[in-house]
Amino acid sequence: MAKNENTKSLLLMSFPFIIWLLIFKYVPIAGWVMAFQDYKPAFGLFNQEWVGFAHFRDLFQEPMFYRALENTLGMGILGLVFGTISAIGFALLLNELRFITMKKWTQTISYLPHFVSWVIVANIVITMLSQDGIVNNLLTGIGIVDRPISFMAEPNLFWGIVTAADVWKETGWNAIIYLAAMAGVDPQLYEAAKVDGASRWRQMWHITLPSIRPVIIVLLILNIGNLINIGFEKQMLLGNNIVAEKALVIDMYALEYGIGMFRYSFGTAIGIFKSVISVILILICNGFAKRIGEGRVF
Amino acid sequence: MSRRKWTTFDMLLTLFMIFIIVITLYPFLNILAISLNNAVDTAKGGIHIWPRDFTLANYQEIFGSNDLLLQASLMSVLRTVVGTITGIIASTMLAYTLSRKDFVFKGIFGFLLVLTMFISGGLIPDYILIRELGLINDFMVYIWPMLISAFHVIIIRSFMDSLPTALEESAKMDGANDFVIFYKIIIPLCMPVVATIALFLAVAQWNSWFDTYLYARGNEALTTLQFELMKILDNANISSGDITSQNAEVIAGQTNPQSIKMAITIIATVPILLVYPFLQKYFVTGLTLGAVKS
Repeated sequence: MAKNENTKSLLLMSFPFIIWLLIFKYVPIAGWVMAFQDYKPAFGLFNQEWVGFAHFRDLFQEPMFYRALENTLGMGILGLVFGTISAIGFALLLNELRFITMKKWTQTISYLPHFVSWVIVANIVITMLSQDGIVNNLLTGIGIVDRPISFMAEPNLFWGIVTAADVWKETGWNAIIYLAAMAGVDPQLYEAAKVDGASRWRQMWHITLPSIRPVIIVLLILNIGNLINIGFEKQMLLGNNIVAEKALVIDMYALEYGIGMFRYSFGTAIGIFKSVISVILILICNGFAKRIGEGRVF
Repeated sequence: MSRRKWTTFDMLLTLFMIFIIVITLYPFLNILAISLNNAVDTAKGGIHIWPRDFTLANYQEIFGSNDLLLQASLMSVLRTVVGTITGIIASTMLAYTLSRKDFVFKGIFGFLLVLTMFISGGLIPDYILIRELGLINDFMVYIWPMLISAFHVIIIRSFMDSLPTALEESAKMDGANDFVIFYKIIIPLCMPVVATIALFLAVAQWNSWFDTYLYARGNEALTTLQFELMKILDNANISSGDITSQNAEVIAGQTNPQSIKMAITIIATVPILLVYPFLQKYFVTGLTLGAVKS
């Protein structure tokens, strides 16, 4: 009796939000059928002409699509490699810092860029890299270059700039999880290493890093699964016409073709392609981690 | 620290951390200095962390003469306040029901929620849904789509799971119903995690520009600070990618779009600077807890 009462009120409290989930999260997934239709907004989802895999065939014949894929994976891999290394490196060094006040301040300040928007970060990057920005001032000052570099107008630098901006923005934040893992390492291990005469570097390498390996592997698997889901914010905000060939990523491509040119079905097909790649990547990594006997996501 | 020797290693480490602090803060200080400097003078270059020709003209332009930017600031505040309150109500309520072991639908609802973390419809289906719901150019387009995030609900639920159940049971003995238990007992105990999620929600709302770009461009009343900043950025970026400095055609007055851009950047950063350091101890534990659970 009481249990029934509970169910009723708990249902009342959760049901509106489950309806929300169904509408805002599951209806768009059902919208995937559009990719197999020639979707025209006037007719509703069920009165469309079915075209099978025609949009996917079109997609794989578009040279622009391959450029977008190359840029997405290129920036995705660079971001993954440098993002992971910088976060682990920063966490390792911060973990070694004995000056506690300094540690706290550095950590607090390092979170700041995570909380500001990409619009602001893009403005910062463009300002710092401008002709008379600090970076060019330093480079010409030291004498590495004679003339200021037009960073934002150099297609070959674009991937690097996006990666550097990403590292600047997220390193402090991403280090949180590694620091938490490092805090859990058994202090006796360090004591033993000290007795054996291991230097601080050797302790970092032989104790701290191996101890947090499971965390590193789980995060790597999740991040590899998201290699293709790097979004479009950075590229859209930092990019311009001159560097467009290096800035076009899959989501921008979907946006331009799918919404800009009203090719909704084609745009949906791009989204499905991305989801499929992402699932395949995560399954491969998970299987690999399982084989080498490491921690895995599922 | 006093027990151990202060080695070269410690000194290098400290220097490195100072370097990190400098490269993190310098850009903000530089932009602050430019925003407080005469725009004509700024174009000559050489402004670092101190304005050379001090003026408040850029800020006066935003809050005084420019109606659009003032309105954009107010809209940013409004969507942040409404979005944070509705988001907190929705995610705590859902999290509470999912944390109740005696809730029959706990399993299926939890599954429906978590699945959304791994698959999503994508840009185009989302866009069509918003259009079919009639949310284009409507204020609610800032609220509805961002109402619930599975990640937030999971963090709150992990926190609720760790609460002692004794209080809850004694309240039930006294005849309190589930709503009363939720907001009289559970919510006050959950303040640390509520603060964390409120921060995440507020930051997401405050920083958002893409929803304005995609869904609300046609209604000037809905423009936000971030979107206006993005537009200025876009204009400067279009031709050379580098108009900012060299040959900027500075208008006769004390301000120009480039300097106003810096002032907007500062205005958009200050609220974040005022809030996050104080919530730091909450979000660090909240994030770690949530990550361990999932």
